[in-house]
Amino acid sequence: MTPLPGATTPFIQISDVSRAFGEVVALDRVSMEIHENEFFALLGPSGCGKTTLLRVIAGFENPDSGAVVISGQDILQLPPNKRPVNLMFQSYALFPHMSVEKNVAYGLEREGLAKDEVRSRVVEVLTTVGLTDKAKARPAQLSGGQRQRVALARAIVKRPRLLLLDEPLSALDRKVRAEMQLELKRLQHEVGITFVVVTHDQEEAMSMADRIAVMSNGRVQQIDSPVDLYQRPANMFVADFIGSSNHFTGTLADRGVDVPNVGLLPGSPATPLTSANVTLIVRPEDMRLVDDGQGFVSGTVLDTVFYGGTSRIAVANEGHRTPILVSVPGTAAVAKGQVVHLAWTPEKAVVLDASA
Amino acid sequence: MRNLGWLRVPLFLTYAFLYIPIITLVILSFNASKFPFKWTGFSLHWYSQLFQDTAIRQGFINTMIVAIGATILATTLGTLLAIGLARYTRSAWLEAYSLAPAIVPDLALAIGLLVFFAFIHLTLGLHTVLLAHVVFGMAFVAAVVTARIGQIDPSLEEASRDLGASATSTFFRITVPNLAPAIVAGALLVFTLSLDEFVIAFFTDGPSTPTLPIVIYSMVRFGVTPVINALATLLLLISFTAVIAIQRITRLSDAL
Amino acid sequence: MTTDQATTSGGRGAIGRRALGSRAVFLAPGLVYVTLFMAIPLALVISYAFLTKGRFGGVTLPFTLASFAKALQPTYLSVLGNSLLIATVTTILALLIGYPVAYAISLMPARWRPIALVLIVLPFWTNFLVRTYAWMVLLNTEGPVNKALMSIGLIDQPIGLLYTRGAVIAGMLYSYLPLMILPLYASMDRMDHSLLEAARNLGASRFRAFRDVTFPLTLPGAMIGAIFVFVPSLGNFVIPELLGGGKTVMIGNLIRNQFLKARDWPFGAVLALVMIVFLVGLFALQAYVSRRINGRPNHA
Repeated sequence: MTPLPGATTPFIQISDVSRAFGEVVALDRVSMEIHENEFFALLGPSGCGKTTLLRVIAGFENPDSGAVVISGQDILQLPPNKRPVNLMFQSYALFPHMSVEKNVAYGLEREGLAKDEVRSRVVEVLTTVGLTDKAKARPAQLSGGQRQRVALARAIVKRPRLLLLDEPLSALDRKVRAEMQLELKRLQHEVGITFVVVTHDQEEAMSMADRIAVMSNGRVQQIDSPVDLYQRPANMFVADFIGSSNHFTGTLADRGVDVPNVGLLPGSPATPLTSANVTLIVRPEDMRLVDDGQGFVSGTVLDTVFYGGTSRIAVANEGHRTPILVSVPGTAAVAKGQVVHLAWTPEKAVVLDASA
Repeated sequence: MRNLGWLRVPLFLTYAFLYIPIITLVILSFNASKFPFKWTGFSLHWYSQLFQDTAIRQGFINTMIVAIGATILATTLGTLLAIGLARYTRSAWLEAYSLAPAIVPDLALAIGLLVFFAFIHLTLGLHTVLLAHVVFGMAFVAAVVTARIGQIDPSLEEASRDLGASATSTFFRITVPNLAPAIVAGALLVFTLSLDEFVIAFFTDGPSTPTLPIVIYSMVRFGVTPVINALATLLLLISFTAVIAIQRITRLSDAL
Repeated sequence: MTTDQATTSGGRGAIGRRALGSRAVFLAPGLVYVTLFMAIPLALVISYAFLTKGRFGGVTLPFTLASFAKALQPTYLSVLGNSLLIATVTTILALLIGYPVAYAISLMPARWRPIALVLIVLPFWTNFLVRTYAWMVLLNTEGPVNKALMSIGLIDQPIGLLYTRGAVIAGMLYSYLPLMILPLYASMDRMDHSLLEAARNLGASRFRAFRDVTFPLTLPGAMIGAIFVFVPSLGNFVIPELLGGGKTVMIGNLIRNQFLKARDWPFGAVLALVMIVFLVGLFALQAYVSRRINGRPNHA
């Protein structure tokens, strides 16, 4: 776990939070620390517990056990409207019977601020999100991207210590999504609020977050920066969920893995291993085509797909059930049926426990 | 309408079937003659007689008292119930129980209440009719509001809380305004139902304070004067207006 | 956002306590009211069916099944039979008319459908007595129907249309037809029309497509409509009285008499019980049919 330089205090401490709904365990002793001014992401497939955790922090779920402490304050004792936390809902939850202005002002009015101050802060935040000309419009008259910005404005105008965002980009078109990713990063830096984003889209998390907590089945699998998650996945689940990779399962050997019917493949363990049954993970882009004699594994080319900037070559190897995927820049200078040899830098190949 | 083919026949016949009786009454209400089947000229005579008839006037006042009172009570109870059912419970049984008064045959409910009021020694009068109308009115309001709640994003209330509003504040600023069209439609519904309701009123009303439908019943049974046609036409007008209003309101809210 | 999770039934913290209070505020008044003014009254009626008639009306102990025995007497059984017959005929007629009409409306361009439906429903919102009175006028020996029939030449003399079983059926049909058409239309609207197209594509005639696809899929809706017509028809006393004269006695008239004239409450309660049993039975039947057809509970 590499802390962000300069941020040492655990601003938000989540300890052993558990929650079950009847038979279903949504959260299983989840713990993590989030630093101030961080852009943090909760990433995982649906049902992994990320949304439940979000709702626990926001105050719409009670955990069965565990604690959530923000700057030394136990927030679980507070009702949702008294927590220093604001939530941007997946559906935006804009009040349809109020204008954009009134929506944004709503939270400030609940704080009992003077009318002038409310007005000036609303104007300020609408300028920040670029919606000044839509102040009097109703949500129904806005586009998806505009509605999202209103939802965001409504939350950040209250200057919460923590802003939670539930799948903020899922409702947007591709193009708008890409723009909003940059917008959110920029905003977060500008207003200096800690963001915690919940998403199932790993590309989104990787592009926006400083650190990501990968979750599955109610448990935290790994918490790391995007690069570390990608290069040093702690287990099979993370390796599979983030990016794509080739798996080679076998027994642990000195500086590598002995894969039956394939050979001894070099790699380095990412985390302490618990057994001799291991899997070697090699990312397609870390594989290189080399001459005969220099490769670790060989096979015949099944087909190639050209993606524009890169090409993906599928290589069949008799000892390996699925094709090995190799990603090369530009076009692939190989033909179907051609025999190729593959190699990689051992440090880039991660050895993990075989079971997830 | 072309693709309906032979279906046009039963369709138009049905509309005719539904409207000829009504149109007949309306026409007869303007008939100068006392005898319904001889048309002697256009006249508003019966309408003026209508407004002078004390029994009818008293019946109308009684009915309005009950209808307005029942509407207020039923709308409040029904709305609260609908919100409670949608937000605070999963039970299908509770929902069925709450809507049951609308489905139970009116005769069963009528004698049930008659028996009940006798049991608790409550004398019959407009107050008992009102209490009776509230029980099924409430179910109708609950049904209408429940339908509308299903269309509202539940995150709205959570968002309000998240932004700092208390539960009460959320209820009045967010929940109620969003439900307003349904609440109004429900209120209109109860009002209309109560205005026309006969069977339950018949059993739960006291002898000295008849509601308008009860007055009409006696008139129809015992001595028919064309004044009834005028009264019928007016009641038709009121009902029609209420239904159109309900339609307008629910369509308006769908657009929002 | 999975807001379909119930807000906290469990867990510690500030929300749990609060939710309980709100629950009571919203649910309690309505539920208490329904219990007080529907559940208890109905329970009372049911219990009265097992009691003895009091000397001056009302009921007294002991518990007895005498009223049930009374209900089984031939005169009363024939009244029940008559009521069932009339209600059934009315319902069947409502189905025969309702299907084509609902079907026709579902085929209309979307723009016209709301208007078509409102026009069907409008007469239903008029005063019930007024509607019945209108039929008294129409069916009168000097009334428009007789006049029309004579002018066409179907009959030479006015016929006594009023005060017959037919008049009662006509009056009930008039009152409750909209209640058949609406649920039927709703289930037709909900039906996937591409199923019909598939059937036609596979060679079915228009009629077969209706019989094999539309009819079974709309059956649950039709049954709801049937209940909405059958139950009020069964328990009606106004229409048999006004349109049927003293000649057509239905269970509703009987119940009314017991409670307001003869003051034999236990007997009246038994009759009411019979009516309620029919209602519950029909609903159960509808739920069963619906599940059989759709494989899901009550998708009318």
